[in-house]
Amino acid sequence: MELLRRLRGANNEGVLLAVIIVVVVAMALASPAFFTAGTFFALVRSSLVPLVFALGVLLVLISGGIDVSFPAIAIFAAYTTVAWSTEASFDPTIVGIFAIALVIGAALGALNGVVIARFRLPTLIVTLGTQGVFQGILLAYIGSTYIAASRMPQSVNDASGALLVDIPGAGFLHAMLIPVVLIVVGVWWMLRYTTFGRSIFAIGGDTEAARRVGIKVVRTQVLLYVLVGALAAIGGVISVILGRNANPQTLVGTELDIIAAVVLGGASIFGGRGSVVGTVLGVLLVQLINNNLVLLGIPSTWQRAAVGILLIAGVSVQAIATARARRHPKAMLEEELVKA
Amino acid sequence: MSPTTPVLEVRDIVKTYGGVHALEGVSLSLSPGEVHCLAGENGSGKSTLIKIISGVERPDSGSIVIDGQAHDHTTPSGAIRAGIQVIYQDFSLFPNLTAAENIAMLSELASDRKFSSRKRIRAAAESIVKELGLKIDLDADVEDLSVADRQLIAICRALVGEARVLIMDEPTTALTHSEVDRMFTIVRRLQERGVSFVFVSHKLEEVLQISQTVTVLRNGALVASGPASEHTARSIGKAMTGRDVSEERLVSELPPEAQPLMVVSDLASEGAFRDVSFTLAHGEILGITGLLGSGRSEIAEVIFGVREADSGTIEINGRRHKIRSIADAVKAGVGYVPEDRLTQGLFLERSIADNMVAASVDSYRNKAMLLDRKRVRASIADLFQRLRIKARDVQAPVRSLSGGNAQRVVIAKWLDRKPSVLMLNGPTVGVDIGSKEEIFEILRAQAAEGMGIIVISDDVPELVSSCHRVLIVRAGRIVSEISGADIHVDVIQKRMAA
Repeated sequence: MELLRRLRGANNEGVLLAVIIVVVVAMALASPAFFTAGTFFALVRSSLVPLVFALGVLLVLISGGIDVSFPAIAIFAAYTTVAWSTEASFDPTIVGIFAIALVIGAALGALNGVVIARFRLPTLIVTLGTQGVFQGILLAYIGSTYIAASRMPQSVNDASGALLVDIPGAGFLHAMLIPVVLIVVGVWWMLRYTTFGRSIFAIGGDTEAARRVGIKVVRTQVLLYVLVGALAAIGGVISVILGRNANPQTLVGTELDIIAAVVLGGASIFGGRGSVVGTVLGVLLVQLINNNLVLLGIPSTWQRAAVGILLIAGVSVQAIATARARRHPKAMLEEELVKA
Repeated sequence: MSPTTPVLEVRDIVKTYGGVHALEGVSLSLSPGEVHCLAGENGSGKSTLIKIISGVERPDSGSIVIDGQAHDHTTPSGAIRAGIQVIYQDFSLFPNLTAAENIAMLSELASDRKFSSRKRIRAAAESIVKELGLKIDLDADVEDLSVADRQLIAICRALVGEARVLIMDEPTTALTHSEVDRMFTIVRRLQERGVSFVFVSHKLEEVLQISQTVTVLRNGALVASGPASEHTARSIGKAMTGRDVSEERLVSELPPEAQPLMVVSDLASEGAFRDVSFTLAHGEILGITGLLGSGRSEIAEVIFGVREADSGTIEINGRRHKIRSIADAVKAGVGYVPEDRLTQGLFLERSIADNMVAASVDSYRNKAMLLDRKRVRASIADLFQRLRIKARDVQAPVRSLSGGNAQRVVIAKWLDRKPSVLMLNGPTVGVDIGSKEEIFEILRAQAAEGMGIIVISDDVPELVSSCHRVLIVRAGRIVSEISGADIHVDVIQKRMAA
């Protein structure tokens, strides 16, 4: 029983892993083409950008909010950086590109944070608003044109071609895997081992109680949204590098898929719960389905429906588990055991 | 009074809100290791006094003396640093974090650490729990623990945060009899270490057992103060309300020819209770009591269709009813005032008037299928007066009402539907003594007109004063039925816990 509970994980991570294994086995049985290094590499590659975004969403969900502005921040930061270096014909090196985008993303995130924390407004509405504002400013004042690889700074093109593993004929692993892994580990560590990370959980659990024990709620929330903005910017730059172009019209519109993956990963939409492991698994599951549904003979037009069904199933499992816990209060069961 | 310097003293505190005196020159002194009972009805100024002591509010005049140092006000963090902590009724814990982390949170934050260590947190929590001789699952999330455990965790957290004065708001309200005993044992242990307590409570019998000193407030003024040994629950109740409150049995016997109104046979609901059979007569007030988790609330939930019955029958007025939903129950003539009236029974932002007719609005249709406003207004005015609701007028939002008045609005809502059976769960939780009396007066009047009333409560004295019969539920079964002159506080408490 105890072992089963541990395998299941605090946020049903074990269940999710089992689902992934089932899906993988089913796909392998349905198509011999599935179980290859190529499929695996493609899965990793398509998960990189969603994973970075998902970690930002995870942080916001744990704190009790919902952020839908991160794709707008991501493309704003990445496109502005690339457009500026293109126009100025100045290549700040890839580290410089990341750094500039990061500052822009953090600034936009700070704007979210200040409005949300200072005026205690609902996060969904605020970020819905800022999403529109950021996107609008980007298209109206910075640029609405597609920048092709040929016009981009050399360092970005170099990064696009940097491979970690290259098996001719089978596929490749992109070098951007390294920063993404570092970010995953960093967020995991921060949530677990820093007072800031634990404060995010506390605020998501009960904001008023957090205030009463002396957590600086406003400061923590602003800092959180700055961090989430910076994460979005990094995701945006990676997406430009992997996509070999900078298009201001992309990314916005993908937010629901990302939020779905994080919720599937066990994060609670009511705040206070969620884990990095679950988020990684949730993103992998969604990408696995998006990439490979065709192998099961299901038309790709059903991809969105499949993700939707998964999301509803995932949330139902959580809701049923909570309802069952309520129906059988522990105290009463114990009393019955004593009697028996 | 001990000769030692008081750890905390407030002198001549005055506080006004928009010209209304919330406190007029209240003084109070607390010695190390003293347990002080602060009593008063809702609106008497208790909460204001606590807010001033804990630094949330600033007094207009007067002083707060901590360790012999006089201040004209404190701040929340200043109060905590001085060792004064408030444990609110909701405990202010984090439901999603483990017991250990909750206990250590305050001291972790106070020491301004950047990094968190599970080992250090665990060790801090373990040492305080061991010191107090408690049994708490430190790795469990707080939301999975009982209310009693949560309270102990809140106490532990305060102690780890080096509290010397613990102010507890309604510390016994949500606890069962044996849990209260357990908490008092710990309070006594802490007293020996010099920790002082201020208990703010309505449940006077319990709090008096452990208090050395009593202060009673009424309308912002101090009306009684002195050693607890010179007071009884009754004398304090009188000081609180300004009138005599009796705890005698107030029900007249049922006439022997009273006809059965509701017959419940062999009712069972998996995981909650089984073999539940009883009858309720016209005009009868039936009490159902038992420990938290005994199944007492679930019985009412099944009769009201909130929860599913696995077997058994419910007969009302000689007709068998299959109750599968709340709508079925309402149609069968059953009304239910739930335990958590604020979230389940009321539309907080709407007016008293809207809430009163919320459940019965269908019956005010006229021929044109529109609302007959004249009739609605007449009913509302009648209920407002009959239930003696204290509010500016019927348009005031329910949120602005005190606990006792909000409860009256819920009761009014059901009375307007004229149910045959009205069930009330914890009807006086968070309601002051004066209101409590009046609420039971209203129920007795309704019963006298033939309504059958079921009161689910663990406030034993109120069951004694107003019930014709009391059923005791233990581990999902009715284990005892007490009626008439046999109904005594001791008898009931013994059978509840046995």
